[in-house]
Amino acid sequence: MTDVIVVGAGIIGAACAYYLAQEGLSVTVLEAEFAGAGTTAAGMGHVVVFDDDPLSAYSQKLLWSLAPPDVGLDRCGTLWVAETPDQLSMIGGELLDEKALREAEPALRPGLAGALLVRSDGVVYQPALTRWLLAGLPVKEHTRVERLDGLKADVIVNATGAWAPALTPGLPIIPRKGHLIVTDRVPGLCRHQVAELGYMQSAKTLGDACVAFNVQPRSTGQVLIGSSRELVGWDASINRDVLGRMVRRAVEFMPALAGVTALRVWTGFRPATPDHRPYIGAWPATPGLWIAAGHEGLGITMALGTGRLLTDLILGRPPAIDPAPYSPARI
Amino acid sequence: MIESALCGMGTCFQCVPRRACMERIPSWVGAGHPADVMIVGAGPAGIAAAVHAAEAGRRVVVLDSAQRPGGQIWRHRDRRALPRAAVRWLERFDRCGAELVPGAEVVDASAFGGRAVVLATGARERYLPFPGWTLPGVIGIGGAQALLKNGAADFAGQRVVLGGSGPLMLTVAAALARVGARIVLVAEQASAGCMARFAAGLWRTPGRMLDAIAYRSAFVGAPFRPGTWVTRVSVSRSGLEVALSDGQRVSCDVLCTGYGLVPSTELARLAGCATRDGAVVVDERQVTSVPGIFCAGEPTGIGGVDAALVEGAIAGRAAAGVALSRDLSAARARHREFAQRLDTAFAIRPEVRALAEAETIVCRCEGVPYGALDPAWTPRQAKLYTRIGMGPCQGRVCGPIMECLRGWPPDTPRPPIFPTPVRAFL
Repeated sequence: MTDVIVVGAGIIGAACAYYLAQEGLSVTVLEAEFAGAGTTAAGMGHVVVFDDDPLSAYSQKLLWSLAPPDVGLDRCGTLWVAETPDQLSMIGGELLDEKALREAEPALRPGLAGALLVRSDGVVYQPALTRWLLAGLPVKEHTRVERLDGLKADVIVNATGAWAPALTPGLPIIPRKGHLIVTDRVPGLCRHQVAELGYMQSAKTLGDACVAFNVQPRSTGQVLIGSSRELVGWDASINRDVLGRMVRRAVEFMPALAGVTALRVWTGFRPATPDHRPYIGAWPATPGLWIAAGHEGLGITMALGTGRLLTDLILGRPPAIDPAPYSPARI
Repeated sequence: MIESALCGMGTCFQCVPRRACMERIPSWVGAGHPADVMIVGAGPAGIAAAVHAAEAGRRVVVLDSAQRPGGQIWRHRDRRALPRAAVRWLERFDRCGAELVPGAEVVDASAFGGRAVVLATGARERYLPFPGWTLPGVIGIGGAQALLKNGAADFAGQRVVLGGSGPLMLTVAAALARVGARIVLVAEQASAGCMARFAAGLWRTPGRMLDAIAYRSAFVGAPFRPGTWVTRVSVSRSGLEVALSDGQRVSCDVLCTGYGLVPSTELARLAGCATRDGAVVVDERQVTSVPGIFCAGEPTGIGGVDAALVEGAIAGRAAAGVALSRDLSAARARHREFAQRLDTAFAIRPEVRALAEAETIVCRCEGVPYGALDPAWTPRQAKLYTRIGMGPCQGRVCGPIMECLRGWPPDTPRPPIFPTPVRAFL
């Protein structure tokens, strides 16, 4: 018999399984499709620190020190771009003025106020990272779990992201759809991950469809263009209107993108929570059941931190960061 | 010679710069246009559909990614090089009143609206991988033909081997010989027996097709070897060295390869049309499973130019709301039977499906070797883990390969179905 069953082999489940197995526990991962097939497959793979969130910084540090090979790690940094001087005045850190910003990212339009440069940020090819985390662990793919109460293990971890409420009713996680575009190879067009400061606002509301400028250079020389957020249930179809708004926003900031060739457009579903923080910890109603889900658009960033935090909580050790903000007990 | 060109028709994205094989890179359209009948594709099926719909008094628009009408088969710079029947169709198309929008690549089905739409999107070549098939100098058979028609490559004095399958090989060999290429060998993987049975069924005159082949083979001055296929190609001091299944080796400058055609069904599938065995399902009026959307020619099953003309005529009349004639319906049935026989005669033998080695590239865009693909993986899993099919050709080359080698179903199409400038989404 296995000590732990992790349900869900997305990057969150993979990171939980990785750290639990590191502690010598026997871990089995059950996955409805294949490792990284869900939200993990659809995302951008950004590893970004939000200054008001200790989990993102903790998680990022873990990833850079682990530095797995061949997973497309690129510490390209993030530029948070300000359109107006007052936007710039509201943030702290390494600030670039208009001229410095033009030098750092020449494809951005002239006339932007400046930017915050976060050098520690980067990107990763998240399907590869997910597989690296799961290497050597028993992963039962194409195994859909319908109910958790039939599973036999001391510890059950629900790491099924946007699908988690189906297994744990009462978890207030909803799918928040996003669109992404990947371009042909255009090496050098975009040097950092670049996002508008408004991205944070767009990430932290839960209302109508919204778009924000966010581009990311990939190790292949391609560029990912985002982002959009919509609450439309599980409708995966491409919304031409939202896509158009997203592209307009991107081209406003980086005009040269208009002439770049888009190879593909796709959608995915972020697991969103009402307070935009994930649920990591024991599920109060069911002894032995633990939750690691609801990371919305920051699952890749927060995966390793989530895995470590959950492992410490399961083993009853003091975690490196305060677990209270992420506790499912807050629901 | 264009570096690394393979398809010669803008689908493989292997030339440098990309799509250099096209005369001009097409513009991309969502397909909004105030016409009664919209036709996608100006090959024989699209031309026949346009002619019949326009002559019935409908307002017709025809969208095609190339600069001239004719499709892959009739897209010559010089119409004098075309068969007389083709010239007659093109002239009738010029006169019929249909509006041709050249250089327009339809990448989305969302703007079809309520009007009648005829999808005549043609076919592309099927390539099968063997060691060395990604070397410069290895190009498609149809690719060589397309480059010839565009005047984009000079084959004069080149030693050419053609290795693959299908009736196109001899046509292309003859065309290459006419421009001064030296045809070293034509290797057809189908056996002489298979082709003879095909010929027997067609004309009830056993051997007539073989006679024709022998004639054409003699005409190009090259040996035609049925039941033979290329197993490997490598670079030697004297050019390319081609190893054959019969143990022989030949040298050449250019190796043309291709294993028949694959229906181009992306747009139809994006519009929701049902497919069976890789072809769009249509009824006797060429109506797809989506009311108002018709499909004609190769996307409904590879049948050649005569089938395309008949199906196009039926689709054009049906889209215009005009009655069909009994002659057309009878001709359609005849051509479908021909297509079925063609399929059987040139069925790809298992040995040819087994030529790829672990290091042989199957996805040229992303450089994915065959050995990287765990047979236990689902196609989507393989795509995510190895990036197979994620490149600019959007799986148009590796998709049919993996269908042939591993039985993968085609990937679900998403807009844009061709790489598209970002500004097209504005």
